Amino acid sequence: MRFEDEPVPGYPLPILPGHTSPGRLERVLRAGQFAITAELAPPDSADPEEVYKRAHIFDGYVDAINATDGSGANCHMSSLAVCALLTRIGYAPVMQISCRDKNRIAIQGDILGGAAMGVCNILCLTGDGVQAGDHPQALPVFDLDSMSLLETARTLRDEHRFLSGRKITFAPRVLIGAAENPFAQPVAWRATRLAKKVAAGAQFIQTQYCYDVPMLREFMKHVEDLGLLERVFVLVGVGPFKSAKAAEWIGAHVPGVHIPPAVIARLKGAQDQALEGRRLCIDLVQEIRTIRGVHGVHLMAYRQEESVAEIIDRSGVLAGRVPWHPARDTPPNTNRIAS
Amino acid sequence: MYTARLWSVRHARGLNAFYRAFEGVLVKLSPLFRAIGYQRLERPVAFVERNVKGLLFDCRMCGQCILSATGMSCPMNCPKNLRNGPCGGVRANGNCEVKPEMKCVWRLAVEGSARIPGGSEAIREVQHAVDRRLSGHSSWLRVVRERTGAKAP
Repeated sequence: MRFEDEPVPGYPLPILPGHTSPGRLERVLRAGQFAITAELAPPDSADPEEVYKRAHIFDGYVDAINATDGSGANCHMSSLAVCALLTRIGYAPVMQISCRDKNRIAIQGDILGGAAMGVCNILCLTGDGVQAGDHPQALPVFDLDSMSLLETARTLRDEHRFLSGRKITFAPRVLIGAAENPFAQPVAWRATRLAKKVAAGAQFIQTQYCYDVPMLREFMKHVEDLGLLERVFVLVGVGPFKSAKAAEWIGAHVPGVHIPPAVIARLKGAQDQALEGRRLCIDLVQEIRTIRGVHGVHLMAYRQEESVAEIIDRSGVLAGRVPWHPARDTPPNTNRIAS
Repeated sequence: MYTARLWSVRHARGLNAFYRAFEGVLVKLSPLFRAIGYQRLERPVAFVERNVKGLLFDCRMCGQCILSATGMSCPMNCPKNLRNGPCGGVRANGNCEVKPEMKCVWRLAVEGSARIPGGSEAIREVQHAVDRRLSGHSSWLRVVRERTGAKAP
Protein backbone atom coordinates (compact mmCIF):
# COMPACT_ATOMS: atom_id res chain seq x y z
CA MET A 1 0.00 0.00 0.00
CA ARG A 2 1.06 3.53 -0.62
CA PHE A 3 -0.41 6.68 0.86
CA GLU A 4 -1.25 9.18 -1.85
CA ASP A 5 0.40 12.01 0.05
CA GLU A 6 3.60 10.03 0.48
CA PRO A 7 6.29 12.18 -1.12
CA VAL A 8 8.87 9.44 -1.48
CA PRO A 9 8.18 6.11 0.19
CA GLY A 10 10.06 6.00 3.42
CA TYR A 11 10.11 9.77 3.85
CA PRO A 12 8.10 11.19 6.74
CA LEU A 13 4.45 11.59 5.84
CA PRO A 14 2.55 14.81 6.41
CA ILE A 15 1.03 14.67 9.90
CA LEU A 16 -2.74 14.42 9.57
CA PRO A 17 -5.05 16.25 11.98
CA GLY A 18 -5.32 14.28 15.21
CA HIS A 19 -2.13 12.36 14.49
CA THR A 20 1.01 12.76 16.55
CA SER A 21 3.56 11.22 14.21
CA PRO A 22 4.49 11.31 10.53
CA GLY A 23 4.62 7.51 10.54
CA ARG A 24 2.86 4.82 8.58
CA LEU A 25 1.90 2.73 11.63
CA GLU A 26 -0.23 5.53 13.03
CA ARG A 27 -1.84 6.01 9.60
CA VAL A 28 -2.75 2.34 9.37
CA LEU A 29 -4.09 2.22 12.93
CA ARG A 30 -6.14 5.40 12.67
CA ALA A 31 -7.53 4.29 9.32
CA GLY A 32 -8.99 1.30 11.16
CA GLN A 33 -6.93 -1.25 9.29
CA PHE A 34 -5.67 -4.39 10.97
CA ALA A 35 -2.04 -3.57 11.67
CA ILE A 36 0.82 -6.05 11.67
CA THR A 37 4.05 -5.50 13.55
CA ALA A 38 6.90 -7.95 13.95
CA GLU A 39 9.86 -8.20 16.22
CA LEU A 40 13.37 -8.02 14.82
CA ALA A 41 16.08 -9.56 16.95
CA PRO A 42 19.07 -7.20 16.69
CA PRO A 43 22.24 -9.01 15.65
CA ASP A 44 25.29 -9.72 17.77
CA SER A 45 27.30 -7.94 15.14
CA ALA A 46 28.39 -4.53 13.91
CA ASP A 47 27.43 -5.34 10.32
CA PRO A 48 24.48 -3.30 9.05
CA GLU A 49 23.76 -5.91 6.40
CA GLU A 50 22.69 -8.31 9.13
CA VAL A 51 20.02 -5.83 10.21
CA TYR A 52 18.79 -5.39 6.65
CA LYS A 53 18.73 -9.15 6.11
CA ARG A 54 16.58 -9.58 9.19
CA ALA A 55 14.21 -6.79 8.18
CA HIS A 56 13.94 -7.99 4.58
CA ILE A 57 12.28 -11.23 5.74
CA PHE A 58 9.19 -9.23 6.69
CA ASP A 59 8.93 -7.31 3.40
CA GLY A 60 5.35 -6.85 2.32
CA TYR A 61 3.85 -8.36 5.46
CA VAL A 62 4.36 -5.91 8.27
CA ASP A 63 3.51 -2.26 8.89
CA ALA A 64 6.26 -1.70 11.42
CA ILE A 65 9.26 -3.54 12.78
CA ASN A 66 10.07 -3.59 16.49
CA ALA A 67 13.73 -3.24 17.33
CA THR A 68 14.21 -4.81 20.74
CA ASP A 69 16.37 -3.13 23.37
CA GLY A 70 18.54 -5.78 24.98
CA SER A 71 15.61 -8.19 25.21
CA GLY A 72 15.90 -10.84 27.86
CA ALA A 73 18.68 -8.67 29.30
CA ASN A 74 21.03 -10.04 26.63
CA CYS A 75 23.49 -7.83 24.85
CA HIS A 76 22.85 -7.06 21.15
CA MET A 77 23.12 -4.13 18.76
CA SER A 78 21.27 -1.16 20.27
CA SER A 79 17.68 -0.53 19.30
CA LEU A 80 18.47 3.08 18.41
CA ALA A 81 21.11 1.96 15.90
CA VAL A 82 18.88 -0.73 14.40
CA CYS A 83 16.12 1.85 13.98
CA ALA A 84 18.49 4.37 12.42
CA LEU A 85 19.61 1.74 9.90
CA LEU A 86 16.02 0.76 9.14
CA THR A 87 14.76 4.29 8.57
CA ARG A 88 17.61 4.91 6.11
CA ILE A 89 15.87 2.71 3.58
CA GLY A 90 12.33 3.57 4.52
CA TYR A 91 11.27 0.94 7.02
CA ALA A 92 8.95 2.02 9.82
CA PRO A 93 10.54 0.85 13.08
CA VAL A 94 9.15 0.79 16.59
CA MET A 95 12.04 1.76 18.83
CA GLN A 96 11.85 -0.21 22.07
CA ILE A 97 13.23 1.58 25.10
CA SER A 98 13.89 -0.31 28.29
CA CYS A 99 14.51 1.31 31.67
CA ARG A 100 16.98 -1.34 32.70
CA ASP A 101 20.14 0.02 31.11
CA LYS A 102 19.74 3.79 30.91
CA ASN A 103 18.84 6.65 33.18
CA ARG A 104 16.54 9.52 32.27
CA ILE A 105 19.34 11.58 30.76
CA ALA A 106 20.33 8.85 28.29
CA ILE A 107 16.74 7.89 27.52
CA GLN A 108 15.61 11.41 26.68
CA GLY A 109 18.65 11.81 24.46
CA ASP A 110 17.76 8.59 22.65
CA ILE A 111 14.18 9.68 22.07
CA LEU A 112 15.37 12.91 20.47
CA GLY A 113 18.04 11.07 18.51
CA GLY A 114 15.68 8.37 17.35
CA ALA A 115 13.10 10.88 16.19
CA ALA A 116 15.81 12.84 14.38
CA MET A 117 16.74 9.63 12.56
CA GLY A 118 13.14 9.13 11.44
CA VAL A 119 11.75 6.95 14.19
CA CYS A 120 8.00 7.56 14.43
CA ASN A 121 7.05 4.96 17.04
CA ILE A 122 8.51 4.20 20.42
CA LEU A 123 7.65 1.45 22.87
CA CYS A 124 8.22 2.24 26.54
CA LEU A 125 9.19 -0.79 28.58
CA THR A 126 10.44 -1.55 32.06
CA GLY A 127 12.71 -4.30 30.76
CA ASP A 128 13.72 -7.70 32.04
CA GLY A 129 15.86 -7.95 35.14
CA VAL A 130 19.60 -8.39 34.53
CA GLN A 131 19.47 -11.83 36.15
CA ALA A 132 17.65 -13.12 33.06
CA GLY A 133 20.41 -12.35 30.60
CA ASP A 134 24.02 -12.98 29.71
CA HIS A 135 25.41 -10.22 31.97
CA PRO A 136 23.91 -10.93 35.40
CA GLN A 137 26.80 -9.01 36.97
CA ALA A 138 25.58 -5.74 35.39
CA LEU A 139 24.07 -2.82 37.31
CA PRO A 140 20.28 -2.69 36.84
CA VAL A 141 19.49 1.00 36.35
CA PHE A 142 15.68 1.30 36.54
CA ASP A 143 15.88 5.04 37.12
CA LEU A 144 12.45 5.37 35.51
CA ASP A 145 9.72 2.75 35.30
CA SER A 146 7.62 2.12 32.19
CA MET A 147 4.98 4.54 33.47
CA SER A 148 7.30 7.46 34.17
CA LEU A 149 9.05 6.69 30.87
CA LEU A 150 5.71 7.13 29.09
CA GLU A 151 5.23 10.44 30.88
CA THR A 152 8.74 11.46 29.91
CA ALA A 153 8.14 10.73 26.22
CA ARG A 154 4.88 12.62 26.30
CA THR A 155 6.50 15.57 28.04
CA LEU A 156 9.16 15.76 25.32
CA ARG A 157 6.59 15.51 22.54
CA ASP A 158 3.69 17.58 23.83
CA GLU A 159 5.33 20.08 26.14
CA HIS A 160 8.49 20.51 24.12
CA ARG A 161 10.67 20.23 27.19
CA PHE A 162 12.89 17.82 29.08
CA LEU A 163 11.82 16.47 32.47
CA SER A 164 14.06 19.16 33.91
CA GLY A 165 11.86 21.80 32.31
CA ARG A 166 14.49 22.92 29.83
CA LYS A 167 12.97 23.71 26.44
CA ILE A 168 13.69 21.69 23.32
CA THR A 169 13.49 23.48 19.99
CA PHE A 170 11.91 20.70 17.92
CA ALA A 171 9.82 18.03 19.63
CA PRO A 172 10.04 14.34 18.73
CA ARG A 173 6.89 13.51 16.77
CA VAL A 174 6.23 9.98 17.85
CA LEU A 175 3.44 7.53 18.49
CA ILE A 176 3.92 6.34 22.05
CA GLY A 177 3.41 2.72 22.94
CA ALA A 178 3.64 0.45 25.95
CA ALA A 179 3.48 -3.23 26.73
CA GLU A 180 0.90 -5.11 28.71
CA ASN A 181 0.64 -8.69 29.83
CA PRO A 182 -3.00 -9.71 30.24
CA PHE A 183 -1.90 -13.19 31.33
CA ALA A 184 0.32 -12.40 34.32
CA GLN A 185 -0.63 -12.07 37.98
CA PRO A 186 -2.46 -10.12 39.35
CA VAL A 187 -4.69 -10.81 36.34
CA ALA A 188 -7.68 -8.83 37.61
CA TRP A 189 -5.53 -5.71 37.88
CA ARG A 190 -3.99 -5.81 34.40
CA ALA A 191 -6.61 -3.68 32.66
CA THR A 192 -6.33 -1.11 35.46
CA ARG A 193 -2.61 -1.01 34.85
CA LEU A 194 -3.31 -0.40 31.17
CA ALA A 195 -5.58 2.48 32.17
CA LYS A 196 -2.65 3.94 34.10
CA LYS A 197 -0.43 3.58 31.07
CA VAL A 198 -2.97 5.32 28.88
CA ALA A 199 -3.19 8.11 31.46
CA ALA A 200 0.61 8.36 31.35
CA GLY A 201 0.64 8.72 27.57
CA ALA A 202 0.35 5.30 25.90
CA GLN A 203 -1.43 5.44 22.53
CA PHE A 204 -0.92 1.83 21.58
CA ILE A 205 0.04 -1.36 23.36
CA GLN A 206 1.71 -4.54 22.26
CA THR A 207 0.90 -7.46 24.52
CA GLN A 208 2.89 -10.42 25.71
CA TYR A 209 2.40 -13.70 23.76
CA CYS A 210 -1.25 -14.72 23.74
CA TYR A 211 -2.05 -18.43 23.74
CA ASP A 212 -5.20 -18.17 25.83
CA VAL A 213 -7.94 -16.40 23.88
CA PRO A 214 -10.66 -16.67 26.57
CA MET A 215 -8.30 -14.92 28.98
CA LEU A 216 -7.63 -12.22 26.37
CA ARG A 217 -11.37 -11.74 25.86
CA GLU A 218 -11.81 -11.31 29.58
CA PHE A 219 -9.04 -8.71 29.62
CA MET A 220 -10.50 -6.84 26.63
CA LYS A 221 -13.90 -6.80 28.27
CA HIS A 222 -12.31 -5.22 31.30
CA VAL A 223 -10.51 -2.74 29.03
CA GLU A 224 -13.84 -1.83 27.48
CA ASP A 225 -15.47 -1.43 30.89
CA LEU A 226 -12.76 1.06 31.79
CA GLY A 227 -13.63 3.07 28.69
CA LEU A 228 -10.28 2.53 27.04
CA LEU A 229 -11.33 1.08 23.68
CA GLU A 230 -11.41 4.48 22.00
CA ARG A 231 -8.23 5.64 23.66
CA VAL A 232 -5.66 2.98 22.89
CA PHE A 233 -4.79 0.70 19.98
CA VAL A 234 -4.28 -2.88 21.11
CA LEU A 235 -1.90 -5.12 19.20
CA VAL A 236 -1.88 -8.65 20.54
CA GLY A 237 1.40 -10.54 20.73
CA VAL A 238 1.56 -13.89 18.94
CA GLY A 239 4.26 -16.31 17.89
CA PRO A 240 4.70 -19.84 16.58
CA PHE A 241 6.21 -22.70 18.56
CA LYS A 242 8.76 -24.97 16.95
CA SER A 243 7.75 -27.95 19.06
CA ALA A 244 5.82 -29.02 22.15
CA LYS A 245 9.11 -29.21 23.97
CA ALA A 246 9.95 -25.61 23.08
CA ALA A 247 6.51 -24.53 24.30
CA GLU A 248 6.97 -26.37 27.57
CA TRP A 249 10.39 -24.82 28.07
CA ILE A 250 9.11 -21.30 27.39
CA GLY A 251 6.13 -21.81 29.69
CA ALA A 252 8.42 -22.96 32.48
CA HIS A 253 11.35 -20.59 32.02
CA VAL A 254 10.16 -17.32 30.51
CA PRO A 255 8.41 -15.36 33.24
CA GLY A 256 5.08 -13.92 32.17
CA VAL A 257 4.36 -16.32 29.30
CA HIS A 258 1.22 -18.30 30.01
CA ILE A 259 0.66 -21.44 27.92
CA PRO A 260 -2.50 -23.46 28.63
CA PRO A 261 -2.04 -27.26 28.75
CA ALA A 262 -4.39 -27.65 25.75
CA VAL A 263 -1.87 -25.82 23.57
CA ILE A 264 0.94 -28.18 24.58
CA ALA A 265 -1.36 -31.16 24.03
CA ARG A 266 -2.27 -29.96 20.53
CA LEU A 267 1.41 -29.67 19.60
CA LYS A 268 2.25 -33.05 21.14
CA GLY A 269 -0.49 -34.75 19.17
CA ALA A 270 0.80 -33.49 15.82
CA GLN A 271 3.12 -35.40 13.52
CA ASP A 272 4.88 -32.28 12.32
CA GLN A 273 5.04 -30.15 15.45
CA ALA A 274 6.61 -27.12 13.76
CA LEU A 275 3.85 -27.08 11.16
CA GLU A 276 1.25 -27.46 13.89
CA GLY A 277 2.92 -24.58 15.75
CA ARG A 278 2.41 -22.34 12.74
CA ARG A 279 -1.16 -23.57 12.29
CA LEU A 280 -1.86 -22.82 15.93
CA CYS A 281 -0.49 -19.32 15.42
CA ILE A 282 -2.67 -18.79 12.34
CA ASP A 283 -5.73 -19.95 14.28
CA LEU A 284 -4.85 -17.58 17.11
CA VAL A 285 -4.44 -14.62 14.74
CA GLN A 286 -7.81 -15.32 13.13
CA GLU A 287 -9.55 -15.68 16.47
CA ILE A 288 -7.87 -12.65 18.01
CA ARG A 289 -8.84 -10.54 15.02
CA THR A 290 -12.54 -10.92 15.83
CA ILE A 291 -12.20 -9.50 19.34
CA ARG A 292 -13.63 -6.03 19.79
CA GLY A 293 -10.96 -3.44 20.44
CA VAL A 294 -8.08 -5.41 18.92
CA HIS A 295 -6.37 -3.39 16.19
CA GLY A 296 -3.66 -5.74 15.09
CA VAL A 297 -1.17 -8.41 15.98
CA HIS A 298 2.46 -8.22 16.97
CA LEU A 299 4.46 -11.21 15.77
CA MET A 300 7.33 -12.37 17.90
CA ALA A 301 8.75 -15.30 15.95
CA TYR A 302 12.17 -15.49 17.52
CA ARG A 303 14.46 -17.61 15.32
CA GLN A 304 11.48 -18.41 13.11
CA GLU A 305 11.18 -15.02 11.46
CA GLU A 306 10.74 -16.57 8.01
CA SER A 307 7.41 -18.06 9.19
CA VAL A 308 5.87 -14.59 9.67
CA ALA A 309 5.01 -14.26 5.98
CA GLU A 310 3.24 -17.61 5.93
CA ILE A 311 1.31 -16.88 9.12
CA ILE A 312 0.13 -13.48 7.92
CA ASP A 313 -0.65 -14.76 4.45
CA ARG A 314 -2.62 -17.79 5.52
CA SER A 315 -4.51 -16.02 8.27
CA GLY A 316 -5.77 -13.57 5.65
CA VAL A 317 -5.68 -10.62 8.06
CA LEU A 318 -4.13 -8.22 5.58
CA ALA A 319 -7.16 -8.71 3.33
CA GLY A 320 -5.16 -8.04 0.18
CA ARG A 321 -3.31 -5.05 1.59
CA VAL A 322 0.45 -5.05 0.98
CA PRO A 323 2.36 -2.95 3.51
CA TRP A 324 5.03 -0.83 1.93
CA HIS A 325 8.59 -2.12 1.83
CA PRO A 326 11.77 -0.81 0.22
CA ALA A 327 11.87 -3.27 -2.67
CA ARG A 328 8.31 -2.49 -3.67
CA ASP A 329 9.06 0.69 -5.53
CA THR A 330 12.25 1.67 -7.22
CA PRO A 331 15.12 1.55 -4.75
CA PRO A 332 15.39 4.90 -2.97
CA ASN A 333 18.09 7.31 -4.03
CA THR A 334 20.99 6.73 -1.70
CA ASN A 335 22.19 10.31 -2.09
CA ARG A 336 18.99 11.81 -0.81
CA ILE A 337 19.24 14.68 1.59
CA ALA A 338 17.13 14.81 4.72
CA SER A 339 14.23 17.15 4.25
CA MET B 1 12.19 -8.19 57.39
CA TYR B 2 10.07 -10.14 54.93
CA THR B 3 7.61 -11.56 57.50
CA ALA B 4 7.00 -8.11 59.01
CA ARG B 5 6.50 -6.73 55.52
CA LEU B 6 3.75 -9.28 54.83
CA TRP B 7 2.17 -8.49 58.22
CA SER B 8 2.12 -4.79 57.34
CA VAL B 9 0.21 -5.45 54.12
CA ARG B 10 -2.32 -7.54 56.03
CA HIS B 11 -2.72 -4.68 58.48
CA ALA B 12 -2.66 -1.95 55.86
CA ARG B 13 -5.88 -0.41 57.10
CA GLY B 14 -4.72 0.04 60.67
CA LEU B 15 -1.25 1.20 59.70
CA ASN B 16 -2.66 3.74 57.30
CA ALA B 17 -5.02 5.10 59.97
CA PHE B 18 -2.14 5.26 62.43
CA TYR B 19 0.05 7.09 59.94
CA ARG B 20 -2.67 9.64 59.18
CA ALA B 21 -2.94 10.44 62.91
CA PHE B 22 0.85 10.49 63.26
CA GLU B 23 1.18 12.89 60.33
CA GLY B 24 -1.39 15.15 61.99
CA VAL B 25 0.70 15.20 65.16
CA LEU B 26 3.85 15.96 63.19
CA VAL B 27 2.15 18.86 61.44
CA LYS B 28 1.02 20.22 64.83
CA LEU B 29 4.61 20.00 66.02
CA SER B 30 5.87 21.93 63.00
CA PRO B 31 6.48 25.21 64.94
CA LEU B 32 8.78 23.24 67.21
CA PHE B 33 10.54 21.69 64.21
CA ARG B 34 11.02 25.13 62.71
CA ALA B 35 12.43 26.42 66.00
CA ILE B 36 14.95 23.59 66.15
CA GLY B 37 15.63 23.77 62.44
CA TYR B 38 14.82 21.10 59.83
CA GLN B 39 18.48 20.84 58.95
CA ARG B 40 19.36 19.77 62.48
CA LEU B 41 16.41 17.38 62.71
CA GLU B 42 17.09 15.65 59.44
CA ARG B 43 19.66 13.11 60.64
CA PRO B 44 17.99 11.97 63.89
CA VAL B 45 14.52 11.83 62.33
CA ALA B 46 15.80 9.99 59.27
CA PHE B 47 17.51 7.55 61.66
CA VAL B 48 14.24 6.81 63.47
CA GLU B 49 12.28 6.67 60.23
CA ARG B 50 14.76 4.29 58.65
CA ASN B 51 14.55 1.89 61.58
CA VAL B 52 10.81 2.01 62.21
CA LYS B 53 9.85 1.78 58.54
CA GLY B 54 12.72 -0.58 57.88
CA LEU B 55 11.27 -3.02 60.40
CA LEU B 56 7.67 -2.69 59.19
CA PHE B 57 8.10 -2.30 55.43
CA ASP B 58 11.73 -3.04 54.54
CA CYS B 59 11.78 0.69 53.77
CA ARG B 60 14.52 1.75 51.35
CA MET B 61 14.40 5.45 52.32
CA CYS B 62 13.57 6.73 48.86
CA GLY B 63 12.47 9.91 50.63
CA GLN B 64 9.19 10.05 48.71
CA CYS B 65 7.03 7.63 50.61
CA ILE B 66 3.92 6.46 48.76
CA LEU B 67 2.94 3.59 51.08
CA SER B 68 -0.61 4.92 51.40
CA ALA B 69 -0.99 4.56 47.63
CA THR B 70 0.58 1.10 47.52
CA GLY B 71 -1.34 -0.76 50.21
CA MET B 72 1.60 -0.50 52.66
CA SER B 73 3.75 -2.62 50.33
CA CYS B 74 6.93 -0.61 49.69
CA PRO B 75 7.44 -0.44 45.90
CA MET B 76 11.17 0.14 46.29
CA ASN B 77 11.43 -3.52 47.32
CA CYS B 78 10.55 -4.38 43.74
CA PRO B 79 13.89 -5.35 42.15
CA LYS B 80 12.96 -3.09 39.25
CA ASN B 81 11.93 -0.21 41.56
CA LEU B 82 8.51 -0.12 39.91
CA ARG B 83 6.30 2.54 41.46
CA ASN B 84 3.31 2.18 39.18
CA GLY B 85 2.26 -1.44 39.16
CA PRO B 86 3.60 -4.93 38.52
CA CYS B 87 5.79 -5.77 35.56
CA GLY B 88 4.75 -8.37 33.01
CA GLY B 89 7.02 -11.01 34.45
CA VAL B 90 5.08 -11.91 37.60
CA ARG B 91 5.05 -15.68 37.95
CA ALA B 92 1.90 -17.81 37.84
CA ASN B 93 2.15 -18.31 41.61
CA GLY B 94 2.24 -14.53 42.07
CA ASN B 95 5.93 -14.41 42.93
CA CYS B 96 8.62 -12.10 41.63
CA GLU B 97 10.39 -12.73 38.32
CA VAL B 98 13.75 -11.63 39.70
CA LYS B 99 13.41 -13.11 43.20
CA PRO B 100 11.31 -16.25 42.77
CA GLU B 101 11.03 -16.83 46.53
CA MET B 102 9.47 -13.39 47.15
CA LYS B 103 5.83 -12.49 46.62
CA CYS B 104 5.44 -9.78 43.98
CA VAL B 105 5.51 -6.44 45.78
CA TRP B 106 2.73 -5.19 43.52
CA ARG B 107 0.51 -8.17 43.98
CA LEU B 108 0.68 -7.38 47.70
CA ALA B 109 0.11 -3.70 46.98
CA VAL B 110 -3.13 -4.46 45.16
CA GLU B 111 -4.28 -6.59 48.12
CA GLY B 112 -3.23 -4.02 50.70
CA SER B 113 -4.72 -1.04 48.89
CA ALA B 114 -8.14 -2.75 48.87
CA ARG B 115 -7.97 -2.63 52.69
CA ILE B 116 -7.29 1.10 52.89
CA PRO B 117 -10.21 3.53 52.50
CA GLY B 118 -9.61 5.23 49.14
CA GLY B 119 -6.67 2.92 48.52
CA SER B 120 -8.05 1.44 45.32
CA GLU B 121 -8.24 4.95 43.87
CA ALA B 122 -4.85 6.03 45.18
CA ILE B 123 -3.09 3.07 43.57
CA ARG B 124 -4.40 4.19 40.16
CA GLU B 125 -2.67 7.56 40.37
CA VAL B 126 0.36 7.74 38.10
CA GLN B 127 3.50 8.21 40.20
CA HIS B 128 6.01 10.49 38.53
CA ALA B 129 9.69 9.76 38.16
CA VAL B 130 11.43 9.57 41.56
CA ASP B 131 13.75 12.34 42.65
CA ARG B 132 16.90 10.40 43.47
CA ARG B 133 18.31 13.35 45.43
CA LEU B 134 15.83 12.66 48.21
CA SER B 135 17.15 9.16 48.76
CA GLY B 136 18.18 8.66 52.40
CA HIS B 137 16.23 11.70 53.59
CA SER B 138 13.23 11.74 55.90
CA SER B 139 9.92 11.52 54.14
CA TRP B 140 8.09 12.53 57.33
CA LEU B 141 9.87 15.88 57.59
CA ARG B 142 9.41 16.51 53.89
CA VAL B 143 5.63 15.97 54.23
CA VAL B 144 5.46 18.34 57.19
CA ARG B 145 7.46 20.99 55.31
CA GLU B 146 5.20 20.62 52.28
CA ARG B 147 2.01 20.79 54.31
CA THR B 148 3.14 23.83 56.28
CA GLY B 149 4.81 25.62 53.41
CA ALA B 150 8.27 25.54 55.00
CA LYS B 151 11.29 25.64 52.72
CA ALA B 152 13.51 22.64 52.14
CA PRO B 153 16.78 22.95 54.07
